[in-house]
Amino acid sequence: MMAKLTIPEDEIMSPGHMGCLGCGATMAMRYVLKAAGRRTILSIPACCWAVMPGVWPNTCLQVPELYTPFETTGASAGGIRAALDALGKKDINVIGFAGDGGTADIGIQALSGAADRNDDILYIMYDNEAYMNTGIQRSGSTPIGAWTTTTPVGETDDWEKSPKKDMVSIMIAHRIPYVATATVGYPEDLIRKVKKALSIKGTKFIQIWAPCPTGWKMEPGLTVKITKEAVSCRAFNLLECENGVYKVTMKPQTTPLKDYLFKQGRFKHLPDDLIKELEKDLHMKYEDLLEMEKMTQARAAAREASKAPS
Amino acid sequence: MVKELLTGNKATAYGAMYARAQVIAAYPITPQTTIVEEIAELIAAKRLNTQYMKVESEHSAMAACVAASNTGARAFTATSSHGLALMHEVLMWAAGARTPVVLVNVNRAMGPPWSVYADHQDAMAQRDTGLIQYWCENNQEIFDTVITAFKVSENKDVLLPAMINQDAFFLSHTSEPVDLPDQEAVDQFLPSYDAPYKLDVDKPTGFGSFIMPPQYMEFRAHMAGGMENARALIRKVDKEWEELTGRSYGGMMDMYRCEDAELILFGAGTMMSTAKDVVDEMRKEGRKVGIARLRVFRPFPVDEVRYLADRARAIGILDRTFTFGYGGPLFNETNSQMYNYRNRPPTKNYIIGVGGRDVRKKHIRALFNDLEKVAKEGYGKEGEVHWWGLLDGSTPEVEL
Repeated sequence: MMAKLTIPEDEIMSPGHMGCLGCGATMAMRYVLKAAGRRTILSIPACCWAVMPGVWPNTCLQVPELYTPFETTGASAGGIRAALDALGKKDINVIGFAGDGGTADIGIQALSGAADRNDDILYIMYDNEAYMNTGIQRSGSTPIGAWTTTTPVGETDDWEKSPKKDMVSIMIAHRIPYVATATVGYPEDLIRKVKKALSIKGTKFIQIWAPCPTGWKMEPGLTVKITKEAVSCRAFNLLECENGVYKVTMKPQTTPLKDYLFKQGRFKHLPDDLIKELEKDLHMKYEDLLEMEKMTQARAAAREASKAPS
Repeated sequence: MVKELLTGNKATAYGAMYARAQVIAAYPITPQTTIVEEIAELIAAKRLNTQYMKVESEHSAMAACVAASNTGARAFTATSSHGLALMHEVLMWAAGARTPVVLVNVNRAMGPPWSVYADHQDAMAQRDTGLIQYWCENNQEIFDTVITAFKVSENKDVLLPAMINQDAFFLSHTSEPVDLPDQEAVDQFLPSYDAPYKLDVDKPTGFGSFIMPPQYMEFRAHMAGGMENARALIRKVDKEWEELTGRSYGGMMDMYRCEDAELILFGAGTMMSTAKDVVDEMRKEGRKVGIARLRVFRPFPVDEVRYLADRARAIGILDRTFTFGYGGPLFNETNSQMYNYRNRPPTKNYIIGVGGRDVRKKHIRALFNDLEKVAKEGYGKEGEVHWWGLLDGSTPEVEL
């Protein structure tokens, strides 16, 4: 017997988007909407998705969309929820859908505010690791070593020098009920996490790793493949954290970082010794994550046991 | 109807309560803080039923209000000075999104140097954002204007946000008796907001999506049309409010003894209340003087300015700020509206009361005397733009 596909059939994103070939962000939108369904309102700041639905009056999205200034997603999504509450409208999902720059950089204040208030919204950060809509400038989410148009390598090895901002830890530190990561190469995992998030009241945050072949100088056909390699080389870990309890949701066999990096032109300048260093660092972080998983799960189990009637 | 002793800030919060604002998002800033406190108190006392978002900045306050309004709720916020400046981007968004959010701004000087006192630069600098801009002179007017502003802004031929201005401390922290109408009467006057376009899962539409040059200009022209429509509606709603409460603010401009006035001072805010007192005194002395108080800055009271031009031998224009280019904003706007008009009396710009400096009766009297000189002899050595009462002695006749 064949396994039943868990991906809903309803196509809420129509064909005809204006994204590039192999765009991971379009896949992220398609899957998020499949998971959320049609009773959903989207809040979209300046980002690729402010353009990709199409030029007015066209849109490829069949849910109401509110376009907002770059740094406002947290506040805007919260405002939609407040209005729905005021109007007595229930059972509507409010989803903020912002890029990595709009989340980790310019929008982090409004996002932090929303999380602090625990507004009942799902915040999706689709992460393509740079300001892609403006033409590949580095963001706080750009990983060490990457070429971008503002980290041009040149004669001075001027590639990205600071580590990728850890938005997951930042959001977990806000003590919101649900934080997760997902990637478009694992749609069933992604959809499961979105559905789970939407079943929880309060602020939920999901970082969706969404390859950008244009900005990464990568073959457009590699979008899905590269997400799997990113997970196995530990460049991007799949996890969820519910009420502070971590779960690493995918633990594939480790693959060499080099194989992942060299499929992308943005890393082709990196010297061997730096790659070794980066690999060591990624493995260390992954092991830390496994420790966090072990520790938080054990403590949660202990708390549960102490609650149980004797 | 009851009468309560309210500060300008309390009158603001009461205005939002009587208008039944459904979403309030705000961030504290001196001297607006007692507004956000009063709103919290009114909610805690179960007198105000609203979704109160205690956001992390003014930028988010307005962003939340715009989103709430786009979802179909009546949204309100309040700020001051630097908070308003931080909102600047979202003020433009609110207007472009055609969301009838009402904002009360407590006029305060911009830093540096830090100051928390009355000054009009904060609001005047938002001239081109697309907000209807009201200016108040007392706490009753603040309360009344919150309600009437929603009525104007929510009209489907307008659909623009509004800013209501009140002077820091002179109003925000000063108690005055305020008549509060019956809630039912206000509900009838201002029914709940019925947004003609909103985020609706049963009728999905995109709001504010990307647009190309052939259409963008059309959207801007529609906005300009909405602002133009506001002009007549402000006058009409002012009359309706008068029928309900007996109080009118003159529609677009509050004119005091201007009908036969030869010398008119034109300005905004609380200093014009002082000026009205001086007019009464000088009228007793046989001087034909009048006061025009700016009630609405956007849309600009063109007809009213020309009405003044038909009468006055000279018009003195008081600006509690400066454009740091040439002249004060009210001076430049007023001059513009007379240039293509048949009557063009001389005007003089008095930069006065900047950063909360007192504007007293004796100053107003001196301004009228100075204006008399302008009408008779033309400008003195200070020229047409005069920083009034600087400590360098350039205004020798005034004891400061």
